[in-house]
Amino acid sequence: MHSRRNILAGVSASALLASSIGQGRAQGKSQAGKIKTLKAVVHADIKILDPVWTTAYITQRHANLVYDTLFAPNSKFEPQPQMVESYTLSPDGLRYSFTLRPSLVFHDNQPVRPADCIASIKRWSARDPMGQLLATFMTDMAVVDDRTFSMTLKEPYGLVLDSLGKAGSPPYIMPERLAKTPANEQVTDPTGSGPFMFKKDEWRPGNRAVYMRHPGYVPRAEPPDYLSGGKIPKLDRLEWIYIPDNNTVLSALQAGEIDYFEAPPLDFIGMLRDSPDITVLTIDSLGVQGLIRPNTLFPPFDKYEGRQALLHLIDQAEYMGAVVGDASLYMPFCGAYFLCSSDNATEVGSEPMRKPDYAKAKALLAQAGYVAGQKIVVLQPTDRPQYNAATTVLISGLRKAGVTVDVQAADWSTITARRARRDPPDKGGWHLFITTQGGPDTAMPVSNVWFNSRCERANPGWACDPELEKLLTAWAREPDRAKRHAAIEEIQRRAYVSVPYVPFGQFFQPVAFRKNVTGVLKSGQPVYWNIDKS
Amino acid sequence: MSATTSEAHRFRPLVARRSGLLTRHPRITISVLLLGTLAGLAVFAPLITQYDPMTLAVTQRLRPPSAAHWFGTDAYGRDTFSRTIYGGRISMQIGLSVAAVSVAIGVVVGMLGGAIRWLDPIVMRISDGLMSIPGILLAIALMSLTKASVATVIIAITIPEVPRVVRLVRSLVLTIREQTYMQAAVSSGTRLPRLMLRHILPNVVTPLIVQATYICASAVLIEAYLGFLGAGTPPEVPSWGNIIAENRTFVQLASWNIMFPGAFLALMVLGVNMLGDGVRDLLDPRLAGRIGK
Amino acid sequence: MLRIILRRLAATIPVMLVVAVVVFLMLHLSNGDPAAVIAGDNATAEDIAQLRTSLGLDRPLLEQFVQWIWQLAHGDLGASIFNRVPVSTMIAQRVEPTLALTVLTMTIAVLLAIPLGVVSAWRVGTWVDHMIMALAVAAFSCPVFLIGYALVGQFSRTWKLLPVQGYTPLSEGLVPFLLHLALPAVSLGLIYTALLARMTRSTMLEVLGEDYIRTARAKGLGVVPVLLRHGLRNAAVPIVTTIGLGIALLIGGVVVAESVFAIPGIGRLTVEALQQRDYPVIQGVILVSSLVYVLVNLLIDLSYLLLDPRIRY
Repeated sequence: MHSRRNILAGVSASALLASSIGQGRAQGKSQAGKIKTLKAVVHADIKILDPVWTTAYITQRHANLVYDTLFAPNSKFEPQPQMVESYTLSPDGLRYSFTLRPSLVFHDNQPVRPADCIASIKRWSARDPMGQLLATFMTDMAVVDDRTFSMTLKEPYGLVLDSLGKAGSPPYIMPERLAKTPANEQVTDPTGSGPFMFKKDEWRPGNRAVYMRHPGYVPRAEPPDYLSGGKIPKLDRLEWIYIPDNNTVLSALQAGEIDYFEAPPLDFIGMLRDSPDITVLTIDSLGVQGLIRPNTLFPPFDKYEGRQALLHLIDQAEYMGAVVGDASLYMPFCGAYFLCSSDNATEVGSEPMRKPDYAKAKALLAQAGYVAGQKIVVLQPTDRPQYNAATTVLISGLRKAGVTVDVQAADWSTITARRARRDPPDKGGWHLFITTQGGPDTAMPVSNVWFNSRCERANPGWACDPELEKLLTAWAREPDRAKRHAAIEEIQRRAYVSVPYVPFGQFFQPVAFRKNVTGVLKSGQPVYWNIDKS
Repeated sequence: MSATTSEAHRFRPLVARRSGLLTRHPRITISVLLLGTLAGLAVFAPLITQYDPMTLAVTQRLRPPSAAHWFGTDAYGRDTFSRTIYGGRISMQIGLSVAAVSVAIGVVVGMLGGAIRWLDPIVMRISDGLMSIPGILLAIALMSLTKASVATVIIAITIPEVPRVVRLVRSLVLTIREQTYMQAAVSSGTRLPRLMLRHILPNVVTPLIVQATYICASAVLIEAYLGFLGAGTPPEVPSWGNIIAENRTFVQLASWNIMFPGAFLALMVLGVNMLGDGVRDLLDPRLAGRIGK
Repeated sequence: MLRIILRRLAATIPVMLVVAVVVFLMLHLSNGDPAAVIAGDNATAEDIAQLRTSLGLDRPLLEQFVQWIWQLAHGDLGASIFNRVPVSTMIAQRVEPTLALTVLTMTIAVLLAIPLGVVSAWRVGTWVDHMIMALAVAAFSCPVFLIGYALVGQFSRTWKLLPVQGYTPLSEGLVPFLLHLALPAVSLGLIYTALLARMTRSTMLEVLGEDYIRTARAKGLGVVPVLLRHGLRNAAVPIVTTIGLGIALLIGGVVVAESVFAIPGIGRLTVEALQQRDYPVIQGVILVSSLVYVLVNLLIDLSYLLLDPRIRY
């Protein structure tokens, strides 16, 4: 009696277990029919919702979903109207007039008015470098009627539309009540007019962020092209899951627990390509540029010779091998400051980087005042694998040139704080660090953040070259695109003299997703409109 | 008289009770041999391998074990066998240092706390406070105070261990203090330092040795966890813990970079734990059972 | 009894004060700056400095400390510097997974370790004893993330029995809850089992050597009653102490396991807050967990009263 009951209990228990497992799988499928959900693993945990308050990439990805922009770049990086229905420029080039598309509506069902756009542009231009530049050319913005506003300039400026429609950190349009918040205070209300709405009540910081389709969104009629065109949200629900361990993400993708992997470690790409259930796609044709940033405040990198010495340390194959590994994901050589896959690509001036010459580097360092035994402080982030790898190669190269390296290995938070300090390297400052950048902003001289050499107002490293800045300002003022293109060579030649940074290679970061996910756009950054799931 | 003698009998100083130790105590033999081999490999590393553990050879990255590279190569083309052998230096250094320093500090503070009555509550509150902060979080926070280096990792792992040693020593001191022979010594006018050195310290040594081995073993593991969480030893300095942590992305692709250092780490932890068990079983199993009070 | 509890509770206040001061100093003296992390990769030094001021981070330390203590006294743990979510909300959201994982792990460990330890002590010196101890030390020697990867590889990827990662709350069903926690609890549990088994064995050895055991056996009592009623009962106090001590070791493993298996628990919350220097979150969590630790210790000490009638406070 006892044993039979036990057996029965055991059998029914395991049957229940098995059916629950099966049911879990089936439930996923039927739910997909009811509410179409995409589970994406993103590269960072979204902490800050305000894209003006922070430059973090993850916040920009978020902003692309919940906000809409006046203009957006197409695949030729030409700004295309997005929220704007039509615009005019006065014959003297001093007055723009922008008319918004009808029926644009925020997530709280309020219509988008010109006042919202003006306030958003004002707030954005207080923080963003290109916005600040635009503000210096601008005299006034005013509401013309309930769908139109004007922008008046002091003098003709060829980059107004490029600024309003840039790929990274454009002016996202917020409701006026939120855009009135001072730019150094955080906006925590994520109301926008974009194709997706952020569900703040389901947000679990450090774990999950949830977006729902904005039912009131009216996409443009054109097909999507890079970040421009019709942004049709086909998913009902989008979940951004943050999983800190890359192995776990890989296993989860292989098991079908997640659908989309935004930034797979490059060593996994080969394995993912071989997997029959997974598609690997390079959505960013411009790629990522790795760079070494010297500190121009202290010897030996305060002299051009010191920075030029760094060029002779570079063996791009070594850097790319360590950072990327898979040869199909990087360029054999790229000496272009503005990305080898862009319109502004040129190899002018990059000869010193073709082959490492440690003797020459040593000589140049001595010329710049490097004394044997002097410690060069290199910052190494232990929790950023790609930067960590590149720094290891840099340290090895420096040592081959007879440099004594003081490796300051610490976590990213320490590194970002330390690199902002202007103290002498041996008193809490630094000499060198590694970072990356990419996207259309990098492909343009005035928006390439690490290129700008405005000395005190430049990013940490404080690259300083008045002559280069003169060339850049002239370039920005030039309204003719063809003439701008020709000036690039001169700009780059000068850059290789004053070396604001050393580009050590260009590579590509594909995304990976399950085979039942379709419509992934080659939009540079991952975006989630047009994506469908079967 | 007889009561005192038999109680003193329980706390006999450190003397081997039986002859023929090694044949009778396989645990100690095996562990000493094991640890000796690991230490030997670490010390004589330059003679054993011709590869420098820090030289990059990126064109040779992620090669499986072969005749040229016995344990294969890592993501920078560095020879894994060489890094594993040299890694023993740092790992063992960390283990031994943490054990030694935490025991040293713990003994001093614990004895003072146990012996000097007004000091006791202060010592206990502080050590309770430190112990209530989860050790790994305390270690990560300590690492954030300064840059990554072997020394800071040792300090960061030591500090959370000290309160436990303090508690152990203090409770032993309190127990010993109540013994009749101690009361006899006090009433006959023995001064405090002499009391501590002659009577308390020898009886504290045995459980401390055992505790020290456990601390050594867990320190080597904690170093691996710190590396996993991005707060470990500097990347270029090889240690078993940080080699494993650094290569964890390659668990499916190049598992040799994890398996070999992992095996060495496990062997060391095994050896140290066995040594601790053996020493404890040898010297006084009854006394050692008090560990953890 | 009530007086003892009250006295012990009162003694926690200086302890918590020590913790508060230690944590506050460590954080604010550390390198790294939440403002730098917030400002992002491409920010200028001026952006970061402005941000520090607007967050109030450049005020004197004493002023910041006093403000924090003042808030605490009013029951306010503050809010995250990054996303302005109150710390108490974040803790409330994250407590269940960590608690579930810890309890499940300890249950598995206790259920496995005590029998193993008892058997090992009973059969001391035989191959059973050696094998159990060898396995115990082997399990103890392996970092938990490697055990985790191995189990995921086998059970999730190859056999497709268990999910790779994530957590479903108990409210969404017992079976998914257990399925998601199975692998993390087993990975951690193996290590904890090893520790507990060894301690059980050594304590049982000490107890089994006592005279009263021999007497009981001489009287004709069976092995199992002797082991359980006389042996284990007397070994209970040190074993329970080890369970308590082991919790500290377990927290370290829980932190790593939460990262590997993407469980949204307090461990991961604190590690990530530490990495980002989100001071209010770190301070709040550590203070709360210290309080919990102290209370758990109190419970364990009280349990001695039940287990060992000789103990009086």
